[in-house]
Amino acid sequence: MSLEPFLIIAAALFCIGIYGLITSRNAVRVLMSVELMLNAVNLNLMAFSNYLDSASIRGQVFTIFVISIAAAEAAVGLAIVLSIYRSRDTVDMEQFNLLRW
Amino acid sequence: MNNIGLGDGSQTVSLVVLAAMLTASAMGVVLLQNIVYAAFLLGATFISVAGLYLLLNADFVAAAQVLIYVGAVNILILFAIMLVNKRQDYASVKYGALRNVVTGVVCLGLFALLGVTVTSTNWAIAPNIAKLPSTMVVIGQHFFSDYLLPFELASILLLVSLIGAIVLARREFIPDTFKVDLKVSEESLELLEKPKEQLTASK
Repeated sequence: MSLEPFLIIAAALFCIGIYGLITSRNAVRVLMSVELMLNAVNLNLMAFSNYLDSASIRGQVFTIFVISIAAAEAAVGLAIVLSIYRSRDTVDMEQFNLLRW
Repeated sequence: MNNIGLGDGSQTVSLVVLAAMLTASAMGVVLLQNIVYAAFLLGATFISVAGLYLLLNADFVAAAQVLIYVGAVNILILFAIMLVNKRQDYASVKYGALRNVVTGVVCLGLFALLGVTVTSTNWAIAPNIAKLPSTMVVIGQHFFSDYLLPFELASILLLVSLIGAIVLARREFIPDTFKVDLKVSEESLELLEKPKEQLTASK
């Protein structure tokens, strides 16, 4: 097993996350797609850590930081979605157009 | 090139199975109409990623992935879906299907670009993988020697995001001592909430 299958799997997950981020109309699904993209990045970091830096596994340290920051961002993002839902009574992304020109 | 005690064939089969599970559940997350099914498939995605971490000699990070992502983030997403669960059909937007197709084409192009980049680069792969007694010990040594500052900053960031999420999502209830003249009937058992000022939507 070599490095490249892991990188291709991570690239596929990242592209699926981008598709979900752009086309979702539900705001919670947008946040789920962001989590998919962060997992793809983590997989990349871990693959490089294992095959290029296996003595001092700095990629794994970086991955732990990304996991913790992703958890914090998911909490704040969902609090924002909840707050928007309370004031607008919808989670349709097409309706959140206050900043549109 | 792994230090797991599995043979080479088992590792390849595991990789193929985990990759298939990962891709299928990720497609389910972004394509399914029912958001609850999508949230559960997100949990399956996280578990497959943890399995891939195990194939990469990362036992501690695989356990942390299951604990944090499946155990906390996925549950949080499910609770948020429960709280914003409004059964409505979205009004169709014009050129909606065309937008999805164009986005799909762009994402496929990006994946092709990344795939070509990955396969055509000469990665400087180390000849053999170091056998560490415990990844957790090495990670702990990093956290307290050369990655100490990011570790402390991450803890401050978690504290700040905790306070921020609570402040954003709280409701301010009007205490019972005030007699407020709102249009709520006498028999209603709702807790009165202080109304928040809202910006008007453009149409």
